[in-house]
Amino acid sequence: MIDLLIVDDSAAIRKILQRVLRQADVPLGEVYEAADGLEALQVVETQKVSLILADINMPNMDGLQFLRKLKEDSRWKSLPVIMVTTEGGQAKVMAAAELGAAGYIRKPFTADQIRHTLAAFL
Amino acid sequence: MQPIDQATLVNSILAATSEVFEVMLNLPVTPGPAYRTPPNSDPTEGVVALVGLAGQWVGTGILQCDTGMARVLFAHLLGVEEAPGGEGVDGEVLDAVAEIANMIIGNVKNTLEEHLGPMGMSIPTVVFGRNFTTRGGGSEPWTIVPFTCAGSRLLVKVCLTHCPEAAESRRGAAVLRGFTI
Repeated sequence: MIDLLIVDDSAAIRKILQRVLRQADVPLGEVYEAADGLEALQVVETQKVSLILADINMPNMDGLQFLRKLKEDSRWKSLPVIMVTTEGGQAKVMAAAELGAAGYIRKPFTADQIRHTLAAFL
Repeated sequence: MQPIDQATLVNSILAATSEVFEVMLNLPVTPGPAYRTPPNSDPTEGVVALVGLAGQWVGTGILQCDTGMARVLFAHLLGVEEAPGGEGVDGEVLDAVAEIANMIIGNVKNTLEEHLGPMGMSIPTVVFGRNFTTRGGGSEPWTIVPFTCAGSRLLVKVCLTHCPEAAESRRGAAVLRGFTI
């Protein structure tokens, strides 16, 4: 079972991702939501999370800052983070990869893209 | 670095809007002929979602529609029959329109970056009301592509000004430039 954290400032996107994953029969355990990187750090501090889907452009702490914080901490260094973002430029993709992102899904996304990317973590 | 030509900008708006509507909304959208307008707009009403762009070129992208269209967008994005809140728009509907604007303008930005270099983008700001005007801070005209969807009209607008010193000082940080509402 995947204990999932979805980090996106759009409540709509958080709902859509959950719907897509449930329709794809992805074995979800707990699903947590956070609206920015700061909230997401609080969730990983207090909850057991096994996979994170994170946007990049968010207020307070963006997705790349969140990813950097996570990978700097030995407790969460191996926690897989998949970026789900509108940012498709090479610079952002490279930055995410260098920081240790486990995958990159560009918005708009199809259900198949989400399923295919998550398959490696099931 | 070459300035982007009008055809490339319009084509990027067409491609991004069509892709978002097809993939995320499962909603057919029909484009009309693109046109340009001065920085000042006529009074309008409905929902306006703005995304700031910054880099060697700075400006704003907008998704604009009436309240009925905003409710249709919400319902299709979330896969529900009807948006909440009667005939009006609430925070959930505004959030959905903001996210659709984010995806459309973000993908326009991804195309523009191939011509204009790296750009940053702001998180969306969404405005809902009646009888308001928007005004760009610069003198550049807006490039506007109208679309028809579900019997309503929506507009995707982009305005960019060459500003190399902005890229130097802001280092790609996203800004919402010179907008008054």
